[in-house]
Amino acid sequence: MEKKLYTLIVHSEHMAGLLNQITAVFTRRQINIESLNVSASSIEGIHRYTITAWADEDTIAKVTLQIAKKIDVLQAQYYLDSEIFMQEIALYKLSTPLLMANPEICEIIRRNDAPIIETNPVYTVVEKAGRTAETEQLRRDLTAFDCLLQYVNSGRIAVTRSSEEHLTDFLKTLNE
Amino acid sequence: MKNRITGAEALMQALIHEGVTTIFGYPGGGIMPVFDALYDHRDDFRQILVRHEQGAAHAAQGYARSSGRVGVCLVTSGPGATNTITGISDAMLDSTPIVVISGQVGATALGTDAFQEVDFVCITQPICKWSYQIRRAEDIAWAVARAFYIAGSGRPGPVVLDFAKNAQTAMVDFEPAQLPIQRGFIPVPEHSDEAIRRAAALIDGAQRPLLLAGQGIELAGAQEELLQFVEKTGIPVGCTLLGLSTLPSGHPLRQGMLGMHGNLAPNVKTNECDVLIAVGMRFDDRVTGRLASYARQAKVIHLDIDPSEIGKNVPVDVAVTGDCKVTLARLTEAVRPAEHREWVESFGLYHQMEDERVVIPAIHPAEGPLKMGEVARRVSELAGDAAILVTDVGQNQMMSARYFRYARPRSIITSGGLGTMGFGLPAAIGATFGAPERIVCLFVGDGGIQMSLQELGTIMESGAPVKIVLLNNNYLGNVRQWQELFFHHRYSCTPMMNPDYGMIASAYGIPSRTVSERGYLDDAVREMLRTPGAFLLQAAVEEEENVMPMTPPGADVDQMLPFTDPATPAETWKRNFIH
Repeated sequence: MEKKLYTLIVHSEHMAGLLNQITAVFTRRQINIESLNVSASSIEGIHRYTITAWADEDTIAKVTLQIAKKIDVLQAQYYLDSEIFMQEIALYKLSTPLLMANPEICEIIRRNDAPIIETNPVYTVVEKAGRTAETEQLRRDLTAFDCLLQYVNSGRIAVTRSSEEHLTDFLKTLNE
Repeated sequence: MKNRITGAEALMQALIHEGVTTIFGYPGGGIMPVFDALYDHRDDFRQILVRHEQGAAHAAQGYARSSGRVGVCLVTSGPGATNTITGISDAMLDSTPIVVISGQVGATALGTDAFQEVDFVCITQPICKWSYQIRRAEDIAWAVARAFYIAGSGRPGPVVLDFAKNAQTAMVDFEPAQLPIQRGFIPVPEHSDEAIRRAAALIDGAQRPLLLAGQGIELAGAQEELLQFVEKTGIPVGCTLLGLSTLPSGHPLRQGMLGMHGNLAPNVKTNECDVLIAVGMRFDDRVTGRLASYARQAKVIHLDIDPSEIGKNVPVDVAVTGDCKVTLARLTEAVRPAEHREWVESFGLYHQMEDERVVIPAIHPAEGPLKMGEVARRVSELAGDAAILVTDVGQNQMMSARYFRYARPRSIITSGGLGTMGFGLPAAIGATFGAPERIVCLFVGDGGIQMSLQELGTIMESGAPVKIVLLNNNYLGNVRQWQELFFHHRYSCTPMMNPDYGMIASAYGIPSRTVSERGYLDDAVREMLRTPGAFLLQAAVEEEENVMPMTPPGADVDQMLPFTDPATPAETWKRNFIH
C-alpha cells in the first residue's frame, strides 16, 4: 500500500507518562515520527497531541486504534493533509554581516513576509509561519547564501476542516 | 467517615473495600510498612508467601483465571518488582486481571539511583493496561479503586501500582474512593444494531459457517449465550487454546481445538467455510498459520470487546464490537434457526483421519513406553472430566490441552500468548485458592517444573492441593521436536539431565509416585486423586514423542503434519524463516 503523510490528532487526560506510551506504539511498528507537538487543548485538563508520520492507511488506522485504547487517551483520529488546516513556525538565525553584504537575502525575507524579531551587529533572527514546504523552501534559499547560523522548525499544528467536533461531542455524550 | 491512618493501612482498607481476600506476595525493604500493616490483617487476607516474585505474579494469574476475580500480588521495589515482569507480560497477552503492588523508594529519592530503585512505571507501561506511581498517601484511595476497575473491566489485564515508601508511612484521612466517570477508559464499546443486522444476514445466508470460540467468551461469562447461538444456528465450533472450555467437550457441534497443534478438522474447514464467526479471539499466529492464505474464501464476522483487535491480523467484513455476552444474545435473536447437517458431517472424515493416525495411537497405545496423551486422557477421565487443567508450556501443554476433556467453564489455565515456561506450578497454586472447590491438575514438563521448582515450598507452607503431573521425557521436548523437524535432528541443548523428583517432593513433604508402565497408570492416577493435598505424579514418558498434528510455523492453516507431504515442513521453514 502507498505510504502517505498522515496527521494524528490525539486528546488525552493530563497524566504523566502518556507521551511515552503514545510514541511507543509507533516504535513497536518501526514508524518514525516526523513531527510531534503537545500542548494544552481548549478544554481544561485535556492535552492535545499533533503527530505526523509516513505510513500506509492500513497501518496508520491500526496505530490510531492502539493509541485510542491506552488508558487516559480520550480520542485519536488520523487525517490526510486535505482534511486539515495546518501550520508550523520556523526560526532562522542569520549572520548580520552576511545579510548586510547580500541585498538578495533581504529580498528573499521580504518576499516571504517573514518578520525580523531580533537584530544586532552579530546576528539577525527571522520568523516564518506556514506549511512545511514554505518554511523548508526559505531554509533552502537562505542556505544557498551560507548565512544560516541556526534553524529550528516547530512541529505541525493542525485543526480539522470537518464541521464535526469529535471531542466536544464525545464529552457531551459522557455528561448525558 | 474518615479516619486518620498510615498509607500502608489505607492500602489495607482499600483492598478490603475492593473485596480482596487473597494476596500472593514476598516482602522486602521497599514494601516493609505494608507488610507490617498486613500483620494486623491476618484475618482479612490469606497471605500466600511465594518463593520468588515471578511466582507471585503467576499465582495471581492462576487465581484470577480460575475465579474470574482480580488477582493481587505484593512485592518489594527493585528486583522484587522486576521479577514480576514476566507475569505482567503474560497477563497482558492473555487478558488476565491482576494488580501488582510494588514498593518504591521514597519520593525524594526518586531518580537518584537509590538502593533497590528501578523505574518500574516506565518499564511496565508497554506491558500492562495501566501503571501508576503513588507518591502521596492522599492518592491511595483513588489509585486503588481505579486500578481494580481498570484491571477487571472491559478486556481485562494487568495493572501496576508503584507505591513510594513515603506514601506508605505518611498519615492520611482515608475514605474509600467513588470513581467518577473515567472519560479516558471506555471499557465496553457500544455495539451497533446495523452491525448485528449485517452479521445476522451473513449467517442466515451461509452454507458452510464456522465459529471460532476464544477466551473472550469465558471472560464475559457468555458460555450459555454461545450454546444458545450455536444450537439455534447449527454452526460447528472450533475453540482456541484459551477457549477450550467455552463449550463442553462432548457437544456435537464442538469440533475441537484450532491452530498449530489443534485438530485437523477445524483447521482444514477454516479454509473451506463461507462465513467465519470469530468470538472473543484475536487471530493469533498460532491459530492462523500463514495469514496470506487464511480463510480467504470466507466472509469474516468478528465479535470482540477491543476495537483495536478488529482487522489487526485478518480483514473483517462485519465488526461487532461490544461485550459478547450481549452481542451473542442479540445475534441469537436476530438469526433464523438453521441446521447445517451435511456441513457438520463433513468434519467427520477429518476427525476419522486424525483418530486413526494420531489420537488412537496417542491415548490407546498397544505397546511401548507411556505416552503423554494417554496420561492426560486418563487423568481427565478419572477426575470425572471436572478438573481445572493448568499447564506449563511446551509438549506437556499441547498434549494435555488436546486430550483433557472439559465439562465446565474456566477449566483451562495456560500461558497462551507469551508461552511462559515456569508458569504452570505457581499458576496452579493460585488456581487452588481461586477455585478451592475444584480439583486442580497441573501438567508440566521436566524443563518447566525446574523454572519454578522453588514454589514447592509455597505448596508445602500453604497446603495448596495441586495435583502435579510431571511428564518427564528427559528433553526440552517441544524445542527438540522443532530441532528434529526443522533443524536436521541437531539436538542443541535439549537433552536434559534430571534430578530425582521423588526425593525433591519428599524434601518438601509432598507425596509422590513415579509411573513408567501402562499397567500401573490408572492406579497411580487414582492414588494421586484420592491423596489429600498436593501430590507429584511423575510419568516417565516416551522420550522422543512428537505432538501431532502440527501446522509447521508459517505454513497454511490446513496443511498439517502428518497429513501433508513430509518434505513440506523443512521447506516451509526455510522459505519463511531462514531465507
